[in-house]
Amino acid sequence: MLYAFLCCHDEAVVNSWTKEEDDAVLAKRAKVTDKLAAQGKLGPALRLMPTTAATTVRMGRDPVVLDGPFAETKEALLGFYLIDCDSLEEAIETAKQIGRDEKVVFEIRPVKLYLPKREVS
Amino acid sequence: MTAVAWIDSVLQSARPQAVGALLRYFRDLDRAEEAFQEACLRALKNWPVNGPPRDPTAWLVLVGRNVGLDDVRRGKKSAPLPADDVISDLDDAEADVAERLDNSHYRDDVLRLLFICCHPDLPAVQQIALALRVVSGLTVKEIARAFLVSESAMEQRITRAKSRVAHADVPFETPGAAERGERLGAVAAMIYLLFNEGYSASGGEAHMRVPLCEEAIRLSRLLLTLFPGEPEIMGLTALVLFQHARAPARLDADGAIILLDDQDRNLWNRDMIAEGHALIEKAARHRRPGPYQVQAAIAGVHAHARRTEDTAWSEIDQLYAALERLQPSPVVTLNRAVAVSKAQGAAAALAMIEPLAAQLGAYFHFFGVKGGLLMQLGRAEEARVAFDQAIALARTPAEAAHIRLHLDRLMKDGQTPEKKISQDVGSPKARSSLV
Repeated sequence: MLYAFLCCHDEAVVNSWTKEEDDAVLAKRAKVTDKLAAQGKLGPALRLMPTTAATTVRMGRDPVVLDGPFAETKEALLGFYLIDCDSLEEAIETAKQIGRDEKVVFEIRPVKLYLPKREVS
Repeated sequence: MTAVAWIDSVLQSARPQAVGALLRYFRDLDRAEEAFQEACLRALKNWPVNGPPRDPTAWLVLVGRNVGLDDVRRGKKSAPLPADDVISDLDDAEADVAERLDNSHYRDDVLRLLFICCHPDLPAVQQIALALRVVSGLTVKEIARAFLVSESAMEQRITRAKSRVAHADVPFETPGAAERGERLGAVAAMIYLLFNEGYSASGGEAHMRVPLCEEAIRLSRLLLTLFPGEPEIMGLTALVLFQHARAPARLDADGAIILLDDQDRNLWNRDMIAEGHALIEKAARHRRPGPYQVQAAIAGVHAHARRTEDTAWSEIDQLYAALERLQPSPVVTLNRAVAVSKAQGAAAALAMIEPLAAQLGAYFHFFGVKGGLLMQLGRAEEARVAFDQAIALARTPAEAAHIRLHLDRLMKDGQTPEKKISQDVGSPKARSSLV
């Protein structure tokens, strides 16, 4: 079974880390994920830009585009796409196409760091 | 990360919201700060034992309020900590206070706290120092170090600033839209001043000032989290990110300024640049351009060019033209002239800045740019005069040293037209008079 691990953190706290602290957290995690990669168990991983870079598209008869992250608690996170778009405009348009005739909400968040699946050597 | 380090970073990041909320309760800055301090002491004792609370900020506000009320009842400020049972059953109370302190409350609390620091009677440096002490929670020692003054001098400045704002009449009611907009504008300007204070340092002191830039970025992001739909706050955040991205490339080993054109662009922080681009793209969708957005866009064009020669100068020229319309100023025109010199040549740029002489007669960068343009046109003697004037007006040894470098080149090969223009195009200091 493939599992997705969604990392939730207090963003203000993470933003207040120094580079050294941030690096230390990543190095600590890498000890685990490197082993998983060696076993061929680690899929793609990524780090998102801060929520301030997010744009949310709420689908409906007239889709609404909002600044900031998805904030409602009624809806739950059920899946995600990783799509290469040339601009935010294109990303919003893509969301509208995918979510046509649904009541889905898309939070569009630029990816800061993308690590594709590592092949077992 | 150790437990204590974790608690420290939580306390630091909760501070603006918590002190802002406590200020609303007590309507007294000193009391709010003391109450927060007490709550932090209690957190350091309590959290390692009982585990961290679900909502640390709400916990700190609740405990701080109880401690503060206790002090008020006793009629003295330095009361001992209340017994643990006073703040037992925190779970329920925490949920209660968390509900009442939703985002919309916090955002006006934080804005009010920042706005109080922007009191128009306070000189810029005092505004910044006060914000660093009250909002960011830096120690007086840290702030004194960043401003290169003694601790006691900084202590005095902050005390004076505090007593001034204590008499300021900032209403505690939820502000209306117009008032909120005004406060946002003042706070954004203060955050940019804070950034410039850190950015304009040079030489041996530069590394001490980096925390000021980082704090400005943190406050700017905080403001954007609270007001996610404000394009100018997106612009401000993008602007400070773009500029700070260049920090690792701005000074050489001796602390001398390296011009934008000559910087090793591989040293620029690509994460910050990408975030800056994402933010100006978001802002552009609002079609409400403003000075921060345009300045961020200019910094973004520079950041986008992997090599100096790839810079889209005509785009920068157009952006400065837009900035001139939004915020007419001779300094903006001077900056625009630098872009024009790259796109159309030195003669066009010189014609553009000559009418500014009367207004910028005491401005270091004016003579630096003028000298550079004259040098390019092969007018060595006039260039030398302009550079001499620039040196006389330099504010830092690094600025003067930089112009002397040009003079040396001029002495050596005065006949050869020089390509370089002595203007750090990206320097926010050159634009700081705009905001």
